[in-house]
Amino acid sequence: MNKKALNEMKLSFPSLSENERFARAAVGAFMSQKNPRVDELNDVKTAVSEAVTNCIVHAYRDSVGLIEITARLTSEGIYIKIRDRGCGIEDVKRAMEPLFTTLPDEERSGLGFSVMESLCDSVSVKSLPGSGTAVILTKRLRTKL
Amino acid sequence: MAVYISEGRGGELIAKITGEIDHHSARWLRSDIDTAISDKSPEKLVLDFSGVSFMDSSGVGLVMGRYKNMAGRGGTVRLVNMPDYIQKVMELAGMDRLLNGKE
Repeated sequence: MNKKALNEMKLSFPSLSENERFARAAVGAFMSQKNPRVDELNDVKTAVSEAVTNCIVHAYRDSVGLIEITARLTSEGIYIKIRDRGCGIEDVKRAMEPLFTTLPDEERSGLGFSVMESLCDSVSVKSLPGSGTAVILTKRLRTKL
Repeated sequence: MAVYISEGRGGELIAKITGEIDHHSARWLRSDIDTAISDKSPEKLVLDFSGVSFMDSSGVGLVMGRYKNMAGRGGTVRLVNMPDYIQKVMELAGMDRLLNGKE
């Protein structure tokens, strides 16, 4: 376990859309140990859902691969890494622009990263075309009174 | 996740969505709502979010798609009963202008 972590969990599952709900529910259940506020819980579950959906829709577009989630609770909040070994992102900066989407015909809004950035304190994206992408989300949590 | 279709006053079609809206569920919701639009040819579509317990940006895509569908028929879309935490996501996309009758 990471030295700064109070608790840590790792999860891996195939990139099936049925698992979007499972992934955010699992992170939400893990996070609930820290008695987060309802809005904090909703923010994290939404951000996780966006990142996992990106893995399913983009990283493993024509295949099924593994998605790995590592989550750590620290004294300040929560750290979540969502990792895939899919196609990677050629231009991360462009992919993070609001409303940018490569799939307008499938009614993708292009807001995934914007939502993550809006709801979390930090969003970091590391990607290598052909190798995969890691999205790291952090959010400070205020203990419920 | 389910959508309950009913007809309101003045040519309104009301689609009450329940459960969680994500990429997985949005495709079924889209199909059910579009089928009702084709069958009923409404002038106005009302999307009722009172029964929605979770929504990510897939819900924004769902609303944008229905807006285009209705606009192509000369109709309008109105969003009602949207919880605050869902409204936050809608506001990011500027879709909040459809809220509560601002068509």
